Amino acid sequence: MGKMHNLLIILLLAFFSYNLTAKQILLGPNFNSQEEIQEALIDLEPGDVLTLEAGEYFFEDGISLDVSDVIFEGSGIDDTILNFGSQISGAQGLLVTSDGVTLRDFAILDAKGDAIKVIGANGINMIRIRTEWSGGPKETNGAYGFYPVESKNVLIDGCVAIGASDAGIYVGQSQNIIVKNSVAQYNVAGIEIENSYYADVFDNLASHNTGGILVFDLPDLPQQGGHHVRVFRNKAINNDTDNFAPEGNIVGEVPRGTGIIIQANSDIEVFDNDIYGNGTVNLSIVTYGYETEDENYNPHPKSIQIHGNRFGDGGFDPDIGTGELAAILFELSDGDMPDIFWDGILPMSQMIFGQPDEERLLITNNGEATFLTLNPIKYILPFFDPVERDITEYDGEIRPLPPVVLN
Amino acid sequence: MKKSLFLHLILFFIGSIYAVNDDLILEDKFPKTLSSFSFFQDNNAQLPSEGVLPYELVSALFSDYSYKQRWVYIPKGEQASFRKDEVFDFPVGSALIKTFYYPIDERYLNLGQKLMETRLLLRKETGWEAVSYAWNESQDEAFIKKAGKTILNEWIDFKGNTRSVRYRVPNKNQCKECHATNDVMSPIGPKARNLNKVLNYPDESINQLTKWMKAEFITDINEELNTPVDWKDKNLALDERARSYLDINCGHCHSSSGAANSTGLYLNLTETRDKHIGIYKKPVATGRASGNLEYSIVPGKPDESILLQRMISIDPGIMMPESGRALTHTEAIELIENWILSL
Repeated sequence: MGKMHNLLIILLLAFFSYNLTAKQILLGPNFNSQEEIQEALIDLEPGDVLTLEAGEYFFEDGISLDVSDVIFEGSGIDDTILNFGSQISGAQGLLVTSDGVTLRDFAILDAKGDAIKVIGANGINMIRIRTEWSGGPKETNGAYGFYPVESKNVLIDGCVAIGASDAGIYVGQSQNIIVKNSVAQYNVAGIEIENSYYADVFDNLASHNTGGILVFDLPDLPQQGGHHVRVFRNKAINNDTDNFAPEGNIVGEVPRGTGIIIQANSDIEVFDNDIYGNGTVNLSIVTYGYETEDENYNPHPKSIQIHGNRFGDGGFDPDIGTGELAAILFELSDGDMPDIFWDGILPMSQMIFGQPDEERLLITNNGEATFLTLNPIKYILPFFDPVERDITEYDGEIRPLPPVVLN
Repeated sequence: MKKSLFLHLILFFIGSIYAVNDDLILEDKFPKTLSSFSFFQDNNAQLPSEGVLPYELVSALFSDYSYKQRWVYIPKGEQASFRKDEVFDFPVGSALIKTFYYPIDERYLNLGQKLMETRLLLRKETGWEAVSYAWNESQDEAFIKKAGKTILNEWIDFKGNTRSVRYRVPNKNQCKECHATNDVMSPIGPKARNLNKVLNYPDESINQLTKWMKAEFITDINEELNTPVDWKDKNLALDERARSYLDINCGHCHSSSGAANSTGLYLNLTETRDKHIGIYKKPVATGRASGNLEYSIVPGKPDESILLQRMISIDPGIMMPESGRALTHTEAIELIENWILSL
């Protein structure tokens, strides 16, 4: 009894001492909001909470947070608006460079560059946040809505991303990632996981983008060889916005009407998704399409598993004008576009000697989904039809990937 | 004899008044005013206190055409130690002081100047910390501005044109954006190689490193230095000038240990791989800043090189560097344009 009593006192003391040092700061909109908020963000100490009341806050310069273990929150995704429409300096609206930060319940509007960039963080939670460019899809919109990069333990939950000229939600060169319950619309790419390890993307809606969900890997970067990404229970539907990305960017190659694309990467599992209404192709699996001298880079997708998805109409309005994919596919398929496309390109040694079993593409239990791939050897030789459509060739037993656990 | 004693007393008195406040450099909190540190005997004239030594860099960062005056302070009896290709390892209690100002008229410097801000890098027990003080209207005191400040200024340039700038005093976080190497705060300028030039001191003209060694500010240097060139010096090789400019203006972020390492574009002097310098390198997460161009640098084609176009732009979503610049650096554009043409 005595021991219990002591323990209780210690717990109570711990509780109160924690709360005594942690501050809650409340700010409302006024003519000096930018300076007030930036100063508050600098003066925060670990454990503190900065709350912005409902209202619209206007910024001429980007703001930034570099204190760990704090919460920066608004009073609602539609109620606290950080408006960067008159931004004069700063490459993003909000920059976070510290660990263990939670951002929640506000919106960032019309940033001149990216809306929220998080770099080098261990632990970043973005919850119920909206990033939006209010003028609709335009080439002059900022590149990314949500942009965590070189970070670990990334959570994006209940967020909304609208109008980004690259990707609404973009996670790059990071690991341990969960993107869920979020909506990405009218972006070039809805959700993009690039050069990243261990990501779960689920229960999201990606619609009316150029491409819904992208899993990419690019060469010549500090972190590459993306692997272990699970894409499940999402709706990648009705992606029908013309590609408005400025040229030079990899997403500029994505044809309008793409549901999901997997490019390079290994150990990717795509299951239990609804994928329909994508005018070029519902799902494609492709090799990195440019020459590279990077010897550490593997341009080919491997160990990809596609199962239990529900495919609907697709390929009814191929975007021949953007990139090469749609045009090639349209020609090869003779207009009879498949739900699932694999370019069939393998490393030369595997084309000759075959692919190890564990690296083979698996496609199983996807209802009436149609399929098209190329036989690269027949493609090179004359008089052979390189097109193969037999989906049952790719049947096999699924080896489920483990779920991502955030630390 | 009497007179001389009196003079000595006065000098002693002045000397002790104008001694730098060593304790304040080490304290956790920053004072509200710059004068609290006593780095200057005369604030407005920017006359340094005893032990505060002016210095210049061989190649300097562009900051919207502002002029910069730099000083170093090392506590008495302490020394900074030499590290090749890195900034000196300054002892705890050191301070680097940099005042940004615009002359009223660049053609007639004697007409005076407008002080904008004085930035401090203070070497505390726990490492370097950065803070900036913005000068008041009457130019006799500078006040701490943790959240940064916007100052609108006009000056007459060396051609006689009136120029204006929306000058941004950086906030504390922005200091770190450039000054963090592997996430640790560090000075950028005072590397031995970047100080290796003659400076006119009040009493003599002498190489800065020699002066620092004579003053016992630093340990002796017995090594050959890779000194960058002054990018303004048109007698030097174009490649050296361009790489030197890119090094000091971009290389602190664009290096494999800098804040922009995720881009794969590395512009520090020691980078030798063409792809990473930007030649035929595709953008990664550039977004609309690519300006519809395919590569960072296309040899012979400055108009098709993203790097140059981002140096020209003043749109915050496109321009580089991301902070600290509101104007285009015309002379550097010419240099980099010629460099790309020559590749």
